[in-house]
Amino acid sequence: MIDAVLFYAFAALALGSALVVVGQRNPLYSAFALIVTLVSLSAIFALLGSPFIAVLQLVVYAGAIMVLFLFVLMLLNVKPEGDPPAGKGVLRTAAFLLVAVLVAEVGTVLWRATARVPPVFDASPRRVAHLLFSPQYVYVFEATSILILAALVGAVALARKET
Amino acid sequence: MTPLMEELLIAVVKVLVIFSVLLTLFSLMTYAERRLLAFMQFRLGPNRTGPYGILQPVADGIKLFFKEEVVPEGANRWIFVAAPGVALVTAFLAIAVVPYGGPVTVFGREVSLQIADPDVGVLFIFAVSSLGVYGIVMAGWAANNKYALIGGLRSAAQMFSYELSLGLSWVGVILLAGSFRLPDIVEAQAGGFWRWNWIQQIVAFLVYTVAATAEVNRTPFDLPEAETELVAGFHTEYSSMRFALLQMAEYVNMITVAALGTNLFLGGWLAPFTSLQSLGGIDLGLLWFAAKMLSVLFFFIWLRGTLPRFRYDQLMQFGWKVLVPVAVLNILVTAAVVVLLAGSEPEAEPVAPTEVGLRSPVLLAGPAGALG
Repeated sequence: MIDAVLFYAFAALALGSALVVVGQRNPLYSAFALIVTLVSLSAIFALLGSPFIAVLQLVVYAGAIMVLFLFVLMLLNVKPEGDPPAGKGVLRTAAFLLVAVLVAEVGTVLWRATARVPPVFDASPRRVAHLLFSPQYVYVFEATSILILAALVGAVALARKET
Repeated sequence: MTPLMEELLIAVVKVLVIFSVLLTLFSLMTYAERRLLAFMQFRLGPNRTGPYGILQPVADGIKLFFKEEVVPEGANRWIFVAAPGVALVTAFLAIAVVPYGGPVTVFGREVSLQIADPDVGVLFIFAVSSLGVYGIVMAGWAANNKYALIGGLRSAAQMFSYELSLGLSWVGVILLAGSFRLPDIVEAQAGGFWRWNWIQQIVAFLVYTVAATAEVNRTPFDLPEAETELVAGFHTEYSSMRFALLQMAEYVNMITVAALGTNLFLGGWLAPFTSLQSLGGIDLGLLWFAAKMLSVLFFFIWLRGTLPRFRYDQLMQFGWKVLVPVAVLNILVTAAVVVLLAGSEPEAEPVAPTEVGLRSPVLLAGPAGALG
């Protein structure tokens, strides 16, 4: 019972703040709303019995990535968007068409979906580690870490060129 | 009562008790800090309100309550008002998973002495403390004041830099305990003070002490509030209760860091000698925990009375070029020792990739294998 209440509360919060992300003209408020979305998603992960995934969501997205977004927005003092330029009838029609397609797609998915409790899965740190370091994933995992290291070195090299 | 209601009731009681203990501890800390600093500097400190000035926090509270709340001209009102709340919420969230003692039995029920006990406790604290930056950045930016902005930026940069070594310093402890759960980590240190992690993990302990001091912006790492350069840093423009909330967030963070350090490195609620754990059948765990945590808090105040402030470039150099490498080295050595002592393969659980994970691991593993 209480799980359901919490789920709907966080789902509503996630959806509401996601709408603000898209609808808000001020990019700074959009960024804050996106943080709220990510935190609510993390709460939903925790409700589904995966505290590990929930915590990763907080550390990586809500913590690290969004702070960078905010820094850029605050330091560059990005101004709120003005009104869209008038007389772009083609663009507007295209936008409406695309939105209609999207609504139709979401509608069909929701129509076909049957309400069911998601299967319980074990995403504890131990389990995830066993999977990551199993022969099936370990090469991908290590390759990713090499990729990230290369990106890191590249970023440092680019930043040094400036000075 | 249904079991669910019982659970809820226990949770509510725990939250209320810990909340009020924290508030009391916060106000006592403001008093203790001023008095102790004064003694260290051959002054008297606040001694007018009540016996020995012990009512000073109450007087401060009343004063702050009745002051005018100022929102500066040109400030972003929404963010300015929200910032103290964000700072306080993240501060209190982190302390929710810190245990204060072993499980106790109340009315025939076993109750653990912490609000929540997720099996990723340590990681949760890491995640929430990475959200703690927002409160400070928001406060610094929204005030539309250059000192506040610079203070907020310094604070954010410092928290990023030292959060990394803070997290890395925990890894050695986690490796030794083999668990992210804080009660497990404490229990792994059982058997007298020579088994506590601060000896086995002395390097990690030192890194933690330095990084934690920096993380809560205490002297000698209090550059975000360097009053000679920045007025008061990110809370320059705050007054009245909003200022009090920001202040409270800082102290709660400090208490969290002290409580966490006690659990990770100083054996939590364990007595230095196992014979001292209980007296006449009464478990003294809470007392030991309080004694250790208060000593850590005293250590923070002592540091402030002793050390001068770092320069900003020294702070960054030290964080990135000394602390992080040392912490990584500590992890390498600890991991090697743990593996060597364990000897054989760690217990292998059957892996069934079809349950969780990607649909076709072969497709992904192919190119990666070629790379490797």
